[in-house]
Amino acid sequence: MKDNSVQPGTPPGKRASLEETRLRQQAIGVKLRHLFDEVVNEPVPDAFLEILRRADERSSGGSGE
Amino acid sequence: MSGASSPPLKPPSADDAAFKRELVVLIPHLRAFARSLTGDPTAADDLAQDAMMKAWDARASYQMGTNMKAWTFMILRNQFYSEKRRSWRQTQLDQEAAERTLVAVDDPGSPIALDELRLALATLPEEQREALILVGAGGFAYEEAAEICQCAVGTVKSRVSRARKALQATLDRGGYARDGRAAGDAMRSILAAADRLSGPRQV
Repeated sequence: MKDNSVQPGTPPGKRASLEETRLRQQAIGVKLRHLFDEVVNEPVPDAFLEILRRADERSSGGSGE
Repeated sequence: MSGASSPPLKPPSADDAAFKRELVVLIPHLRAFARSLTGDPTAADDLAQDAMMKAWDARASYQMGTNMKAWTFMILRNQFYSEKRRSWRQTQLDQEAAERTLVAVDDPGSPIALDELRLALATLPEEQREALILVGAGGFAYEEAAEICQCAVGTVKSRVSRARKALQATLDRGGYARDGRAAGDAMRSILAAADRLSGPRQV
């Protein structure tokens, strides 16, 4: 997140608040990924694989081999 | 990533098998992206299944070795917006649905701080939320997110930046809070949660 990086020569007060902003954004980023990963890490419902399996049969079925 | 390319040859079935293996790996990610778009676990799985089938049917137009994750996310997103135009979810995201955004189906242990973020996310305009999710959670580069959303890279950057600012403002205000805690407390719990959750990012 270089958008929020502190420029050299920034006054200390401003620097502290930029640092806080950066930390908060970092915290939000971590949680955002966690929210997303909660769903990613759920077991995949069988329906998904079942649908793919049927699609596979459909495309290979009837073609001889 | 536009569809206009040379007419695809019928791929040999070894390609089909490889394609399928890659597609299966992506299912959890498609489900998560669908959840973030619909805000509803059941509708999200319907959407993800439709997108998976569309990707399978279009496999001849996919070039192995290119970014299949971005390709399938684009299919899913197009599917979402075309269904939406057909009135599947014509109404603006209502608060109840909004609160389910990215909600885990069964996760009683989900930290409070995540609920706060969920609610804050739900207050974002759709295009900002989607850009932030792709870049901030989905692991996509701005360029990839721009392909998925079919817009300019600069547009994605500005949406992500506005989304981040708005999220922080909402979390600071504590406007999402239902338990009456002050924003400062909320922020501290967010930072504490972030500390706990920090660690190497998988995938």
